[in-house]
Amino acid sequence: MGRSLKKGPYADPKLLAKVEGMNARNEKKAIKTWSRRSTIFPQFIGHTLLVHDGRKHIPILVTENMVGHKLGEFAVTRLFRGHAGQQVERRTGIK
Amino acid sequence: MARIAGVDLPRDKRVEYALTYIYGIGLSSAKKIVADLEINPATRVRELTETETSKIREVLERDYRVEGDLRREFQLSIRRLMEIGCYRGVRHRRGLPARGQRTKTNARFRKGPKRPVAGKKKLKK
Repeated sequence: MGRSLKKGPYADPKLLAKVEGMNARNEKKAIKTWSRRSTIFPQFIGHTLLVHDGRKHIPILVTENMVGHKLGEFAVTRLFRGHAGQQVERRTGIK
Repeated sequence: MARIAGVDLPRDKRVEYALTYIYGIGLSSAKKIVADLEINPATRVRELTETETSKIREVLERDYRVEGDLRREFQLSIRRLMEIGCYRGVRHRRGLPARGQRTKTNARFRKGPKRPVAGKKKLKK
């Protein structure tokens, strides 16, 4: 179920404050964050965020298209190298 | 001869059902169109008058996104997901279900027909 519209989108207040601060001072520095549940706000565009995947931080350059998604969607938590003895799998994806 | 929104022309059916042959028009929108235009839903497509057909065309043009446009929109939103590299996009690229369904079994629609796994030989009695 989606989040109530009444409350509006959520982002970790600390992270949001940091980004706004950087916007005010016009600087760009990568921010480490564990807050995968934060929604990407328009203010984040152009910043690089280091999103925790459970083990390390994955650098994510936020672009306009990503607004509205959650940070966690961009840092995959599962590492799957294929099954044992599996041949190089043919691609079934679209294009 | 009812050619609405491109190539669709189902003839002997009641209008409300005939309209669902258009990609992007389901039964609810079809019924709504018919009701809004005050066309008797029981009329067959071939019995539609010129004015009625043009009215339907007009409404579809104005209020609905159908056929090519809709398909394009659909494609673009998937492409967007794939380009931004988010989880759902990755699942689309891999041809796996994107909404958290199980893939241990089932998920055959996305994965395609079964591919047998090598190495599992049956024991002979």
